[in-house]
Amino acid sequence: MTPTPHHNPDTLLIGGLSFHSRLLVGTGKYKDFAETKAAVEASGSQIITVAIRRTNIGQNPNEPSLLDAIPPSKYMLLPNTAGCYNADDAVRTLRLARELLDGHTLVKLEVLGDPKTLYPNVVETIAAAKTLVKDGFKVMVYTSDDPIIAKQLEDIGCVAVMPLASLIGSGMGILNPWNLQIIIENAKVPVVVDAGVGTASDAAIAMELGCDAVLMNTAIATARDPVLMASAMKKAVEAGREAWRAGRMPKKLYSASPSSPTTGMIGKA
Amino acid sequence: MISLTINGDHRQFEQPLSCAGLIVTLGLSGKRVALECNGEIVPRSALDSHVLNDGDKIEIVVAVGGG
Repeated sequence: MTPTPHHNPDTLLIGGLSFHSRLLVGTGKYKDFAETKAAVEASGSQIITVAIRRTNIGQNPNEPSLLDAIPPSKYMLLPNTAGCYNADDAVRTLRLARELLDGHTLVKLEVLGDPKTLYPNVVETIAAAKTLVKDGFKVMVYTSDDPIIAKQLEDIGCVAVMPLASLIGSGMGILNPWNLQIIIENAKVPVVVDAGVGTASDAAIAMELGCDAVLMNTAIATARDPVLMASAMKKAVEAGREAWRAGRMPKKLYSASPSSPTTGMIGKA
Repeated sequence: MISLTINGDHRQFEQPLSCAGLIVTLGLSGKRVALECNGEIVPRSALDSHVLNDGDKIEIVVAVGGG
């Protein structure tokens, strides 16, 4: 991965590492690795999620490798535990990931509750987080938008909490901005909205709420033009971040303050 | 003859072999993989010296696309 120069004052700090991009993207659901690579490049992302799965054992010896398209020398890979439904499987998967990636410790923990909703099982997530933190991992943790659970995961030592905006792959956008706001207000570690973003405005809203970053996969990969959507998401995250830093005007039911001068109107006596 | 379960698949081998030998035999040499034997990770540095036994359960994983 490429370290971010320190002259940019608005860097994202996660587990002692700094990044200039606040968009994290996944690598699933693309039609081929060429499209994955093009979309990742267009997104400007530095942190890229990957899954850990059984290799084919000789059935398809010339199968291309994802890591040729998304090399660990260029990106901060974030191995995930997608598909794990209990703490033991998640911990086992990430230990394999650490071996696979030469001692890499920044990981995405997600322990799912059921295959229909992919909603997180927070009880198993907490158990896995405790084990992984003790084992030296820097854990970015996918969770529900429950502020109490988010705080507990932070207290365990997770380096980022990643509440859902809505269900994984649903594209439903931010269903509960109020809970996200409470999580953001309470958190001392980065809050990353993970899952549910459908289009650019969803990402911008997440950033305007004060999230530190947004993680997405399906919204880009299943767009009609994934590379163009990746570019749109990059801009949306940047725009939302700038809007949050700029501080929005207060909402007013009526505008008592016209933008143009009220004097010097023509045709007056 | 030894019998191994590799990624859930039963395979038989004429000769005893090491983890590194298995990786070569499966056509995975040069690929970035991680290997677990009976639930324990075999570190890359030990792949040559770790000899597999009849009945061992092996998992070999790679990074794939995912969110």
